[in-house]
Order: sequence, then structure tokens, then C-alpha cells
Amino acid sequence: MKKSFRSSLINAIAKNAENYPDMIVLNADSARALKLTDFSKAFPDRMIGVGISEADLIGTAAGLAATGLVPVVVGFSMFVSEKPFEQIRQAIAYPNLNVKIVATHSGLCVGQDGATHQALEDMAVIRSLPNFKVFAAADVTETEAALEAMLKHDGPAYLRLGRDLAEDIFEGRKNFTPGGADILREGDDVTIAACGLMVEQALMAACSLRSEGIRATVMNAYSIKPLPEQLLLEKAKKTGAFVTAEDHSIIGGLGSAVCEYLSGNCPVPVIRVGVPDRFGESGTQDELYKKYGLTADHIIKAAKQAVSMKTMNAKG
Amino acid sequence: MSRNIDELKIQANTIRKDILKMIYNIQSGHLGGSFSMVEVLTALYFDEMHYDPHNPYLKDRDRFVLSKGHTAPALYATLANAGYFPKENLMTSFRRIDSMMQGHPDMRKTPGVEMTSGSLGIGLSAANGMALGNRYQGIGARVYCMIGDGEINEGQIWEAAATASHYHLDNLVAFTDVNGLQNDAETKKVKDMLDIAEKWKAFGFHTIEINGHDFNEIFAALDAARNCKGRPTAVISHTTKGKGVSFMENVVAFHGKTPTKEEYENGMAELEHAI
Repeated sequence: MKKSFRSSLINAIAKNAENYPDMIVLNADSARALKLTDFSKAFPDRMIGVGISEADLIGTAAGLAATGLVPVVVGFSMFVSEKPFEQIRQAIAYPNLNVKIVATHSGLCVGQDGATHQALEDMAVIRSLPNFKVFAAADVTETEAALEAMLKHDGPAYLRLGRDLAEDIFEGRKNFTPGGADILREGDDVTIAACGLMVEQALMAACSLRSEGIRATVMNAYSIKPLPEQLLLEKAKKTGAFVTAEDHSIIGGLGSAVCEYLSGNCPVPVIRVGVPDRFGESGTQDELYKKYGLTADHIIKAAKQAVSMKTMNAKG
Repeated sequence: MSRNIDELKIQANTIRKDILKMIYNIQSGHLGGSFSMVEVLTALYFDEMHYDPHNPYLKDRDRFVLSKGHTAPALYATLANAGYFPKENLMTSFRRIDSMMQGHPDMRKTPGVEMTSGSLGIGLSAANGMALGNRYQGIGARVYCMIGDGEINEGQIWEAAATASHYHLDNLVAFTDVNGLQNDAETKKVKDMLDIAEKWKAFGFHTIEINGHDFNEIFAALDAARNCKGRPTAVISHTTKGKGVSFMENVVAFHGKTPTKEEYENGMAELEHAI
């Protein structure tokens, strides 16, 4: 069953409100769009809106963190990662302040709003900042687990969410550890490491591949930074071929991170499924995923390619 | 409160000499804008603010945010004189590798530095966050922010001004150090911000204009700020860039130029002679 990221965000915040009295939520004129108005009614002094001023949003969060509070900045991915990137670098990452950024509407899944609102580079830029942790949630359960893990961790962290609906993959509770990953399916031929909305596509791809005799491991690689290094190494050794899948540019996101790690530790073929080096456009999520190569079919094709490269490598 | 203005003048003079020494010593750093705000820093750290240099992270301390971070030498010299760390560190650390005193303020490396800064425009937002954070936690402490008159070219300053006003942050005082010069030229030539006081007023601030080198005027403004309820205070501090050394005063080049041996010696002589 599909559930909405937006309602999951407010659920996650509401669930943690009592346990984390130091948590303050900040937004830049997006409380209504993100369905956060119930929270601001229940905790009026714990919701700070600064209007449409994202640079100020980040600076204010930094100041709050300096007094020992735990600010959670929420907003559309484009406007809480790329737009105030320099403020995030200078006022949060460099002084290592305990600010959490929860970015909704990440990637082509934004749909009809078009390219201006489709953050395809957010993981690339935030991942490049020292001190930051970068996570992506695949469904509502994972969103809640991720927020709780971020609140437990002392330091800057970025969580990437989709816009609207996601298949309920982890019903109920799940573990969420910085540097962790979930193995959702075991197979010896190839590993598909996916994050966010592409986890669902990866699972579908693995099903089809099995019917064609290719057994795939499916990894929910929710921790883009730090990477689940031991697990990546283990699966690279076991399967000898990788596919990565993400609703993000193929430059700088999960695929790049996996390549960076494996190239220095266990070089195996890695085929990256993601948005090619171009901007998006308006359209429905399904239309965009088809046009830009973010479907189970694209993962299947990539998996076959990765497996064939493995064979070629073996033949020398 | 009894204030000994003569002692504060001597303190300010000592801080100026320390700034000149440290910048001459490393041959790097920003003199002009450091000198222009020395009296305000002296008034804050040697009278106005509540803090303990031996316990720099007291929950209820007043905080100072140097938004115009390139004038770190003035902040470092003030903090050293206030007892946060030994004065010799000014010579051995500032702008050096493996040191506790970076080229621009680093809250994780230098005790007493409340916010990392250097990229202009960010400090007032952070000061707002601190004022909001104190209010939420029931802490009565005050937050002071120093902004450059070139820095107010940055849009974020005005985003933050609107936020401070919207949240009625009467525990916040924003100084604009109006020394009239920025990196390239006179501020009016680079980008004329017109009437600066009118701008802060229009953003809802209780706005006071002072001579930023006159302790009586500084204290009058600080007292008025404390008595003002429901609104943040903006202090438009009219100053002279390079104040204290005649040949550095109002000279654009001394924004970032370091003094020669002769300039250093003449400057120190003038400062020695001033008290």
C-alpha cells in the first residue's frame, strides 16, 4: 500500500516531540504544504517560520543549535540544500552544529512543478561537506526511523524524502543506523544498491531478473554518508557486480559514492541508474521515471550489463 | 552602574595596540575594520556583557556574534584582554597552522567565539537563532551582533532583520559599524545603501545613531536597548575605519593591507602617545 511522505514527516515529528523537548522545527513558508500546521498548533513555541528566506532559515537554525537546542529544518529539497548551500557549509557543517535538515520533494518525483523544483544534485553537494551525514528514506516507516536516528546523533544530518506517495516497504518498525543498510533480498549474481523511491523499483527488478535466472541482492542503501562500507565490500566480493539506483543525478549521489568506495577497495563493475547529466521537466512521476531511466526495466538492463561485464572481466 | 570611562579608554588603547602587533607580526589580517569597532567591543566586554572567561559555555552568558568576521583580530585581542586565553597567543596563534586562532572566527577553536563567521551576511541570522533559543529556554541573556556597513549589501542581513522584528527579539542588539569604507572603495561608491538608520527603522527596529568611538554614547544606546521592550534594537555606530592611527584613518587600502615596519613603529608610537 502506498503512503504519503508528507504525512509521515508530521507523524515522525509528532512522535518525537515529547521525547525530544529540545527539538525545534523551522520552515520557510512551507508549514502548510508539508502538513505541519498541526504541530505548530500543538507546540506553537517549537515551530519557527522565517518566511521565504532560506539563507536566514539556515543561519537561524545554526544559532538555535549554538544554544543547545536541536533544530530540525524542513522544506523542499531544492530550497533547504542547494539554495542555501553556502550557509549550510559555513554555519552548520564547518562549526559542526547539531542541525537536522529534512528535505522533501527530492528528485524527479516532484513531477509537474518541473526542473526548477526537482533537486537532482542535493546529495552530491551535501555529501561533499565534512561533518554531514546524508540519508535517504524509502518509505514512511523509514522516514520515522531516520528522524529518530538523526535526533539521537549529535551533529549535522540531512534526510532526503520523496514528494508524495511511497510503497510501504518496511511495515511498522525498522532499524536505522548511520553507516547501515538493509539487505532486502539475497542473490549471488549482482548487487542492486538503491535508495529512496528507487528501492521499490529495485525490488521489482530483482523479481523479474530471478525469472530470467539472474539472482540479485537488493540493498536499501539509506546511509549515503557514511556508506555501509563493510556491507558493500562483502557484497562486492560475493556478487562481483553492482548496480546503483537513485532519483538523483548520476553525478555525485549514491552511485558516485559507491564507485568511490569500491574502486579503492574491491573494484567491480558498477552501473549507475539515475538521472543522466541533464535537467528534468514537467510531467507525472511515472512519465518522468520512464523518460529519464528510473524504472525497474532500466535497473534490469543495468544488472544484465553489470553481470556481462563481470564475465568479460573473468575472461580477461 | 558606575562606569570608569578613563579606564575603558586605556583598555581600548591596549586592544588597538594588540591588534596592530598581531597583524604586523603575521603580516596578514584586516586592520581598518578592526580598529573602527574597538570602543564598542570594549564597552561590551568590559562593562555590558555577563560572561565568565574561565567558564566560556555558561548557559546564561550574554553572547557576541561578529558577523563581519574578517575583523577577527579585534575580537581576539578583546577576548585575550578579557581573560579567555593568554595574550601571548595573539602572537603565536593568529593565522598560523595548527593554532587556536583562525584567520576568521571559529567557535570550535577559540574560546569566547560564539559563532563561526567570515562569509559575510550570516551572523545576524545566527544571533536571531541564539536570541530565540534563549527565549525558548527561559534564559534572560542578551545577544549582540556586529555587522559591517559593507556587509549590509548582503540580502541575508535584511532577511534576518525582518525575522528579528517579526519575533520581537528585544534581547537582541544589532550594531552596524558604519565606517564608510569597504574592500573596493567608499561604501557609497560600491553600492549606496542610502540612509542606513531609516532601513533598520523600516524593518521595525528601535534604532539609535551614535558616534561609535564615544563611550558615553555607546552606553546610552546599550541602556536604551535594554529598556526597549517588544522590539530589537539597531545601533548605527558611526566610526572611522583605521581609528587611532592617523595615517590609517579613512584609507581604503588599510581594509586588508598590512603595515610596513615603519608604519608599524609610527602607528605604535601614536597609540602609545594617545593615552
